[in-house]
Amino acid sequence: MSLAEKYPKEVKQILAKYPPEHKRSAVMPLLHLAQLQEGHVDRHAMQEIASLLDITETEIASIIGFYTLYHDKPEGKLRIQVCTDLPCALRGADQFLADLCDKLGIQPGGTTPDGIVTVEAVMCLAACDKAPMFQLQGPDGIEYHENMTVDKTVELIEALKKNDKEVK
Amino acid sequence: MAHILLRHRDIPHINQLDVYKKNGGFQAFKNAVTRMKPEDVTNVVKASGLRGRGGAGFPTGMKWAFMDNQNWPHYVVANADESEPGTFKDREIMEQNPFQFLEGVALACYAVGARAGYVYLRGEFWHLAAFLDGKIAEMEEAGMLGDRLFGTDYSLHIFTHLGAGAYICGEETALLESLEGKRGQPRVRPPFPPAFGLYGKPTVVNNVETLTNVPLILANGADWYKSMGTADSAGVKIFSLSGRVKKPGNYELPFGKTFRDLIYGEGGGIIDDRPIKAIMPAGASSSMIVADDKALDTVLDYASVRTLGADLGSASVIVIDDTVSIEWVINKTIHFFKHESCGKCTPCREGNYWMLSIIKRMQHDRKKEDVDLLYAVAKQMQNKCLCALGEFATMAVATGIERFPAEFKAK
Repeated sequence: MSLAEKYPKEVKQILAKYPPEHKRSAVMPLLHLAQLQEGHVDRHAMQEIASLLDITETEIASIIGFYTLYHDKPEGKLRIQVCTDLPCALRGADQFLADLCDKLGIQPGGTTPDGIVTVEAVMCLAACDKAPMFQLQGPDGIEYHENMTVDKTVELIEALKKNDKEVK
Repeated sequence: MAHILLRHRDIPHINQLDVYKKNGGFQAFKNAVTRMKPEDVTNVVKASGLRGRGGAGFPTGMKWAFMDNQNWPHYVVANADESEPGTFKDREIMEQNPFQFLEGVALACYAVGARAGYVYLRGEFWHLAAFLDGKIAEMEEAGMLGDRLFGTDYSLHIFTHLGAGAYICGEETALLESLEGKRGQPRVRPPFPPAFGLYGKPTVVNNVETLTNVPLILANGADWYKSMGTADSAGVKIFSLSGRVKKPGNYELPFGKTFRDLIYGEGGGIIDDRPIKAIMPAGASSSMIVADDKALDTVLDYASVRTLGADLGSASVIVIDDTVSIEWVINKTIHFFKHESCGKCTPCREGNYWMLSIIKRMQHDRKKEDVDLLYAVAKQMQNKCLCALGEFATMAVATGIERFPAEFKAK
């Protein structure tokens, strides 16, 4: 299903934000919309956005490559992105990441065997006073989880997995 | 003293429209649109001494007065990209006191004749963008935004725009490129945005905190604002305090307190009462300050911090204690800047690559020639990068090696 079919209202709202002669500005919000459900932007969505905005698919690909929140390959449906930058690291973020990965039996950057959870280190998320913290990138967009422990994180993952099964 | 920016700490539920209005909200904007000429709004802000809170400290009213009046339309863009490691103040403002921020955007728009304002939020602020969209819709419904405001000819719309994870987009011209739907790479300046900004039109780009000051300056007058702070730096500033302190968080203080007041007073001192070693007053892009008594008693304003060989910047104060090695700190900052370099100019792209290679090698075997080489690469990058962020990448490295030589002796 195309974006315009799946999200007609949202696409219209996004395009209305920018002067019609500068509709290219809509590329970033449209890419956010496109990867919402599958967790990555596939080739069809790239083609559709390119033709909607009169720019080339190559330009779309270069934008996806430039910004870290866009993904062009499928990975874990839930991405746990732990900030390990200086201020968070001064409050134990590196240890938190290592312990969490140990607990899940993966390496940082890896995905759990069931293919659901990817854990990775990311750059500063503007929550330096509430470390350890991570953002969860998933089907509901991006959510912050602050002052976290490994146990609280595992509970969260279990709850999300359960929820996901019930929805299906 | 009552807060001026973090007013939610004094007035519960100020993020609700009726509470904000009951506490004087939107009176400054209504008064400006119905009774003041746009240039008079700019003049009040100029007289208040307000300087940009995003890092550069440029006088805000002067920036507004630079707008090219031969070229229309004009735009205002609020920089809500908040990505400097150690900075987390704009998020608190927008979540807790959103209407004061949005009224500030509206006042800036009126002052420069803009009929559209954009709030550029970092992509991670996904929920915050939706929250602000809701607040903007409430303002439209209440007649504070929209067409022909307060029965005048002035119309204004404000839109949010989400980035997608790129530190460089905090640089104002990279932000504008990104808002235009391109990769966020800085433009060559000049021309500056007030001459050539969004879509090539005159544009004011201001930080969230800067704009949030504006409604109260208009309501209470320039002299009221100037009565706070120091002669060099008028008014109040939010200090984001992080690192090895007992009570990290945002603290709104008038300029003129000292590092000691901030770190040991507000912040409760160092974790486990350990000795303090270094201060980074402007996040990861700071110079490193040796935290001796002279530094701790230095006044927090733009000019005084400069006497310590550092900039106050966005006042994201990272505290380092004696449990942390300076080599580890610069290892962290180099990783960050290597990842965030946009790749457009060679000194930043290649310099960060080489700094990372050298610091990784040093982790295992620290040789004097590697320390010298790292220092040389940092110094060679300085004054050669296209934008300030390339420069920032070198600050902790160069000053760390200069000011903490004992930590870089060969192992």
